[in-house]
Amino acid sequence: MCLAVAALPASLHVQRFQSTQAPPPGTPPPQTKTKFGPLADEDRIFTNLYGRHDWRLKGALKRGDWYKTKEIVLKGADWIVNEIKTSGLRGRGGAGFPSGMKWSFMNKPGDGRPKYLVVNADEGEPGTCKDREIMRHDPHKLVEGCLIAGRAMGAQAAYIYIRGEFYNEASNMQLAIAEAYQAGYDFDVFMHRGAGAYICGEETALIESLEGKQGKPRLKPPFPADVGVFDAQPQYQCETVAVHHHWPSGGVGSPASVAPPCTVEEEMSIPLKELIERHCGGVTGGWDNLLGVIPGGSSTPIIPKNVCDDVIMDFDGLIAAQTSLGTAAIIVMDKSTDVIKAIARLISFYKHESCGQCTPCREGIGWMNKIMTRFVKGDAQPAEIDMLWEISKQIEGHTICALGDGAAWPVQGLIRHFRPEIEKRMQLHAKRASN
Amino acid sequence: MIRAPLVKALGALGSPTHQMASRAVRTSAMVAQTPAKAPEKIEVFVDDIPVQVVPGTTVLQAAAQIGVEIPRFCYHERLAVAGNCRMCLVEVEKSPKPVAACAMPVMKGWRIKTNSDLTRKAREGVMEFLLMNHPLDCPICDQGGECDLQDQAMAFGSDRSRFTDINYTGKRAVEDKDIGPLVKTIMTRCIHCTRCVRFASEIAGVDDLGTTGRGNDMQIGTYVEKLFLTELSGNVIDLCPVGALTNKPYSFVARPWEIRKVSSIDVLDAVGSNIVVSTRTNEVLRILPRENEDVNEEWLADKSRFACDGLKRQRLVAPMVRMPNGELQAVEWEGALIAVAKAVKAAGGQIAGISGQLADLEAQVALKDLLNRLGSEVVATEQGFIAGGTDNRANYLLNSTIAGLEEADAVLLVGTNPRYEAPLVNTRLRKAYVHNELQIASIGPKIDLSYDHENLGADAALVKDVCSGAHAFSKVLEGAKKPAIIIGADLLERADGAAIHATVAEYCKKLKKPNWNPFNVLQTNAAQVGALDVGYKAGAQTAVKAQPKVLFLLNADAGKVTREQLPKDCFVVYIGSHGDNGASIADAVLPGAAYTEKQGIYVNTEGRPQQTLPGVSPPGMAREDWKILRALSEVVGKPLPYDNLDELRNRLEDVAPHLTRLGHLEPAGDAGAAGAISKSIGGGAIDIKLKELRDYFMTDAISRASPTMAKCISAVNKQQRENEAKQSVAI
Repeated sequence: MCLAVAALPASLHVQRFQSTQAPPPGTPPPQTKTKFGPLADEDRIFTNLYGRHDWRLKGALKRGDWYKTKEIVLKGADWIVNEIKTSGLRGRGGAGFPSGMKWSFMNKPGDGRPKYLVVNADEGEPGTCKDREIMRHDPHKLVEGCLIAGRAMGAQAAYIYIRGEFYNEASNMQLAIAEAYQAGYDFDVFMHRGAGAYICGEETALIESLEGKQGKPRLKPPFPADVGVFDAQPQYQCETVAVHHHWPSGGVGSPASVAPPCTVEEEMSIPLKELIERHCGGVTGGWDNLLGVIPGGSSTPIIPKNVCDDVIMDFDGLIAAQTSLGTAAIIVMDKSTDVIKAIARLISFYKHESCGQCTPCREGIGWMNKIMTRFVKGDAQPAEIDMLWEISKQIEGHTICALGDGAAWPVQGLIRHFRPEIEKRMQLHAKRASN
Repeated sequence: MIRAPLVKALGALGSPTHQMASRAVRTSAMVAQTPAKAPEKIEVFVDDIPVQVVPGTTVLQAAAQIGVEIPRFCYHERLAVAGNCRMCLVEVEKSPKPVAACAMPVMKGWRIKTNSDLTRKAREGVMEFLLMNHPLDCPICDQGGECDLQDQAMAFGSDRSRFTDINYTGKRAVEDKDIGPLVKTIMTRCIHCTRCVRFASEIAGVDDLGTTGRGNDMQIGTYVEKLFLTELSGNVIDLCPVGALTNKPYSFVARPWEIRKVSSIDVLDAVGSNIVVSTRTNEVLRILPRENEDVNEEWLADKSRFACDGLKRQRLVAPMVRMPNGELQAVEWEGALIAVAKAVKAAGGQIAGISGQLADLEAQVALKDLLNRLGSEVVATEQGFIAGGTDNRANYLLNSTIAGLEEADAVLLVGTNPRYEAPLVNTRLRKAYVHNELQIASIGPKIDLSYDHENLGADAALVKDVCSGAHAFSKVLEGAKKPAIIIGADLLERADGAAIHATVAEYCKKLKKPNWNPFNVLQTNAAQVGALDVGYKAGAQTAVKAQPKVLFLLNADAGKVTREQLPKDCFVVYIGSHGDNGASIADAVLPGAAYTEKQGIYVNTEGRPQQTLPGVSPPGMAREDWKILRALSEVVGKPLPYDNLDELRNRLEDVAPHLTRLGHLEPAGDAGAAGAISKSIGGGAIDIKLKELRDYFMTDAISRASPTMAKCISAVNKQQRENEAKQSVAI
């Protein structure tokens, strides 16, 4: 049930190994391309996304992992950070924060506190399974990434916080780390398995959980870049950034709306339609049978078919379509889908996963869930649609972490694009009730 | 600031990285402490009014500087910031989202709008969410009328509900928890502000409370049902902004608008906590803390708060005289006074007086004056102290002051358990431990102080070791910026008390710093310091030794004097409020007033005089203690020269002028007894009376009469039996 998305112009990561010349250091080259995708095979980073090859050290070496890693590390932190800046790499946590800038923040002169690299591998977003594929089929990319990123920011050790449900992935990662140690790897990497809470994928909740406390997001400021795990001067890095050496990509599925759901690595800014048709065998029953797409994991607003027709998959393109790239995990729904029920299911997920710390999220999502449950049946008044919209707005931006936003957006997407559907169901229900 | 204890805990785990982190934070904390230049103030605008604030000030504090109060539920100035209620969201110009005022430090030039549309809408939204699952049971809620949620819903909420789901699935309901006999829980009302959780772990130092479950299923509780075992549990009632945690003995008793409030002070320990006595129809209904930064901040210990029902039980309501058949019989005042006067006249000056732990200063002065007039100099406190040590005030005071202990960085406790002898002194020590890296060691039995400390052992010889500079902890004390040694008052009753006192006092002269006196005695009785200040000798045995013909017991209920020790024909007069140890051995009982029924001065352990004010009148025929003595003096024929409280206070001013400056602290000099040290430290083990929580609840006539305190003890015992049963099963 899955398909995919890519990350960045592939040419950029090639440049990584070339010495920087010309423009002032730290400037990404100007964007000249106008057409994106498909990604050429030789530009792929995750060459074992489907697990067809050996995932262990031997296989990884064949695929080019650990190639000249020593040289990179020996070139020093400044060189690495500058390379990352030049590459234009942006964090794949959803906000697209420039990684080079983030890493250079981390590499500020220390104040005596230790630094840790924390890798967020708590991939819990519904419909998203990109990190899982990397960790189980290509764990050495992450281990190598930890070393380079850790070196770049002067970290003492790396902690990989992996989703508890990822048993096999954690096992593969652990084996990969062990292999690396045996091969002379001199950087401590600790695996920490979560206990199944979605919220622990939020950076500060993850830190709390790693510290052995309840996984509840911290209040910011102080930001985790200032006070991180174990009160260290910490490095908090998203999974995707840690895999910076090579490039991650999104993948996804939906209730049986595309032929072979899959995870693919593709170039950033590829048109959505091309992505679905090229890699996933298109929408079941043809493109015209498309109802809508949630383009970035469950937290992003749904977009209907007319928007899907020509939207491109990148940070700015999707923001223009009033949605967001998120995890780039695409959930495709064909016309057989009950879109209200689908969104209601997502809300019930968020209600279940809300940590309960702050009021708007704890109370508001529960309320939205109650309303959405009735909307599925149509047992509500049309005025409640506007009320639901307002409630979602009362949650969005009022909470400690972004889970509230993530719960509000799907509802807003639904109301924005499928209001007639909701109203129709209410009329139907009223009619049935009066009979 | 909440992180410091965590780092300590991690350090204890022993992992090298954790220790590194812990060391690192300690160093950075120390760096932060070094007095930097006063930081330059930055200008921000609150509702277009410019405010100059120091960097790091939060939006909420900046607004408070110009008197703009931002609504809040979870924020409390004495607790760590949680930022979870979101009620304090305010608009900041150029910020796309409203910011949580309680947590967000201001930046230069910020324009904060506390009353803009966005701000009001955010508040209304949060209010709506809070009320969504909050039961509308205000008419049967004890918090009604003094409820933050009620008040803020009125001020900031919407005027109507749109919670349509009340007709479908309804509201959340949560099972109530049994956390002991003091705090009643109605968990459905909880708004999850976690103030109680933070209080328990930060101030009280017990991690009994916490949250379980997530999202809408989140609950505050103890996880496994058990008591909220702390001597400070009542404070969570005040902290709770709604009616989720209420006062169990006070439940369904009164409404806040029915009660009369009297500002007074507490006398059940020697801290002198400031309180508000709530009364209705001549009955004390409850006691609440009153803010005083120098004494109790805004907390109150459980005994002081909940023992007030002891004021209605075991009361002496009529004068009594012991009949030839040995029974005490109620008589009129006239008969009682004549009987006492007869005995006094017959005694020919062989009279003694003993003042107990609840006596007010006025009565103490009146008793001393009366006895002096009758030719006796024998007036003593019931609790002992070192011989010859009462001339110098510094010898028996907590010289570092209660608030001062917060700044201490090394403390040695000798034979005292501040946690139960003076809970609110202990909170200061804990605060210093959490925020000031205070190092604490104790000499005495192993006790749980609610913070980590080093028990050096129970041998009294250790006092000599430490004070000679030979002990390892001496280095800590000598290296400290503000060291303090606290001696338990009970310890000084020992035979070698004087030697311990002198040894410590001598050492403290060495530890002394400018404006810092490290010598402390932690008193346990509210009346002790005042009595010693006005010239009472220490120790009931002083009076016994005189073998008096008439013995006055002024609130002396500790049972230190027995009939056997006194001459057979000794006539014992008890003046006090409760039928306790004192009244039971008395030949004449003169019913006095309790602390809620009189205006009286008490001097706390740091030497701060404060006065109680009458909230109710004394029951039955009981009268204020000093008036009884004044009346008696008339009958005896040696009238005391004061007819009202003012005149008595004038007399007090002659005796001890510093005691009439209420609330004011008079610094004392160096401690040190006048006489040479005759005895050396014995070497016997040092013991402490109040070792466990169960020992804490009943320590005086009032708390011994309190049914609530009795319930507390049986609850603690029950919990312990259950724990033991569980352990034996586990074995």
